[in-house]
Amino acid sequence: MQYTFRIKRYDPDIDVKPHFEEYAVDLEPSDRVLDGLNEIKWQQDGTLTYRRSCAHGVCGSDAMRINGRNFLACKTLMKEFGKKITVEPLIGFTVIKDLVVDMDQFFASYKAVKPYLIAGDAPASEERRQTPEQLDRYEEATKCILCASCTTSCPITWTNESFVGPAAIVNAARFIYDSRDEGAAERLRILNTQSGVWRCRTVFNCTEACPRDIKVTNIIEDVKRTLLLEQV
Amino acid sequence: MAYHHYDAVIVGAGGAGLMAAIQMAGKANIAVISKLYPTRSHTGAAQGGISAALGNVEEDHWQWHMFDTVKGGDYLVDQDAAEVLAREAIDAVLELEHMGLPFNRTPDGRMDQRRFGGHTRNFGEGPVKRACYAADRTGHMILQTLYQQGIKHQVNFLDEFHVLDLLVSDDGRACGVVALELRTGEIHTVHAKSVLWASGGFGRIFSVTSNAMAGTGDGFAIPFRRGVPLMDMEFYQFHPTGIYKFGILLSEAARGEGGILRNGLGEAFAERYAPTLKDLAPRDMVSRFIYQEIKEGRGVDGKDYVYLDLSHLPEDVIDKKLPDITDFARTYLGIEPKRDPMPIQPTAHYAMGGIPTDLDGRVLADADGDTITGLYSAGENACVSVHGANRLGTNSLVDLVVFGRRAGRHMLEFGQKSDLPPLPVDPEFVARAQVSDLLSRPKGERIADLRHDLQSLMMDQASVVRSAESLTTAKQGITRIRSSYAYAGIDDHGSTFNTDLTEGLELGAMIDCAEAVVEGALAREESRGAHYRTDFPDRDDVNWLKHTMLRKTSGGLELTKKTVSITEFQPKERKY
Repeated sequence: MQYTFRIKRYDPDIDVKPHFEEYAVDLEPSDRVLDGLNEIKWQQDGTLTYRRSCAHGVCGSDAMRINGRNFLACKTLMKEFGKKITVEPLIGFTVIKDLVVDMDQFFASYKAVKPYLIAGDAPASEERRQTPEQLDRYEEATKCILCASCTTSCPITWTNESFVGPAAIVNAARFIYDSRDEGAAERLRILNTQSGVWRCRTVFNCTEACPRDIKVTNIIEDVKRTLLLEQV
Repeated sequence: MAYHHYDAVIVGAGGAGLMAAIQMAGKANIAVISKLYPTRSHTGAAQGGISAALGNVEEDHWQWHMFDTVKGGDYLVDQDAAEVLAREAIDAVLELEHMGLPFNRTPDGRMDQRRFGGHTRNFGEGPVKRACYAADRTGHMILQTLYQQGIKHQVNFLDEFHVLDLLVSDDGRACGVVALELRTGEIHTVHAKSVLWASGGFGRIFSVTSNAMAGTGDGFAIPFRRGVPLMDMEFYQFHPTGIYKFGILLSEAARGEGGILRNGLGEAFAERYAPTLKDLAPRDMVSRFIYQEIKEGRGVDGKDYVYLDLSHLPEDVIDKKLPDITDFARTYLGIEPKRDPMPIQPTAHYAMGGIPTDLDGRVLADADGDTITGLYSAGENACVSVHGANRLGTNSLVDLVVFGRRAGRHMLEFGQKSDLPPLPVDPEFVARAQVSDLLSRPKGERIADLRHDLQSLMMDQASVVRSAESLTTAKQGITRIRSSYAYAGIDDHGSTFNTDLTEGLELGAMIDCAEAVVEGALAREESRGAHYRTDFPDRDDVNWLKHTMLRKTSGGLELTKKTVSITEFQPKERKY
């Protein structure tokens, strides 16, 4: 079946501003959008540039905007769209080239929330105990693959560079609610600011965009509740 | 020229590279280079578990784990290395937990464990629960946890730098790498006292693979071109259960939790071949069972696939222990695994072979065990050898953490007592020539077409079943592809994020890897583990209880044999 890809292109070495180019590609409805991009790059135009690696939705490289919403190109099949699809880079970050955006700010926000276990000495030759119920409390947040689909779907991040964004909050929550962690107070202090959770307006775009089905907005609300009630 | 210098440089930001980095962080000035962002590394795609004889849910001992590793590898495993693997797995897995890894738990809060292929109690009596796991995303959690530790310890990451060359000083010491910064197109010299290659595998040389698109074997080809040997390259593992046509992995944990393979007649065929372990026999064997069923006309609808059936499992086992892989079936096949079986075929998965190392990750120069000063390797990139002729499920993750850690510790010590070796004259010469050659070529045959030819050739002629005839066809095909590659052209001649260029460079590495696989496979006139030849169907311990070591010399490829370390377990017939 023939599909038309309308792709936003920009090469800083050549272009003054971004423009759209169209490509006709033969694909099966069961093919991934990534298969279509590969077909274009490999058979028609090798200059088309995008990130990709695992090709099955676990590495988080190929988040992009497809028909106006964020998806992983490798976890989205052609049959989910019509015969013409529009592909653009994520919004809110500087475009480096075509569908490749600058992720520096995204990872800086992630690092800012101390995304690592903060705990005293572990018992010798034994695990720290944690019950299945305690694991349940934060497990959903551990599924995050740092693809930036949520953060770049959030209208607040489009206009406010200082907002840490949904992905950073999810990764803070992953530790705040981990029974082994002792750094909740530090992280809550970071999130209890105008550039932290209070900037969130509960638009739910992030939840809709998450390719790992994490209920991102609920997790942000959870952190807000914790701050209001001052208890983890 | 952009110049950096460090005590140590690590190529690859997956499990092995990060584990090594964490040993040195804060104590030495180090850099981790990756052509991706670290969290995109393929360790993150590992699913089912990481084995350690913790004995949390039933009796277990590291000696049993060692035995299973040796037998699973069809006795080509170096037993001194397997002992280190099985002993240190226990402490290494606990270290991951202490770093915060969210393992699944038993009701009393211990780390839960489950069954996996080839892992047994009491030296082969029956399956044992040895694999610690985080749902079916254990690799994802290892990668995230180690990256988190890297951030905590302020490791320097050179993200999206494509390594082009290994630097060797005039007196034969490793002294750094040359890399292309994707974002700018700038070439960097990264000067260091030691270099660790931990950049994963090369599954992309086959057309059906579970490997990421980044798995192009750069870390094999680049040192190989500099005269570093590669060991046991003929042993390439096909995982039995890849999603039909896509190759996407469906974890062995699916069978560990009770999933069953069925042929086109609905028969649970594994028990015919392996009466004791059935569906949990090692991967090389199960892949051949599937091949045999299909060959004898019992594939589904006469086609080249069979079913993995989970429909009889309790729903909460699927939701709690196998959520990701069942999601893959829904996404890519439109199948609900709670009701319907999933079409699967063997998929190229893991290189048992690689850069030969000693127990501290030091790279061996030859079959006598001499090492190359300052050069290290770990993970899938390396061959210690703990996997021998066939790796057991979960042991790749064990290998990463155990030998990544040992390499990192040794590099730290090495860096404290040695100086920065002098760089060779014009260190970027080779790398620059390679890049400018590809960038300046007129339009020629497309890189993608040659890559496609190579992948089909390797899949058809050098995968699960081989013969002198098929391997000779493969060898001739590779020669043809190599000569076309010299004239292949690319479309993108720019400097910013030129992935057309890097795909071209990667194809060069893939051709080198394919050639090494075929060379080893042609030489090894026996069948052992994942290497199965129809013209030599039996194992031959008299002539081939040996590693192969392949080196690039001015006169072409040179193959020698290396002795296998046998300490505890004498080779026996391998039955399950």
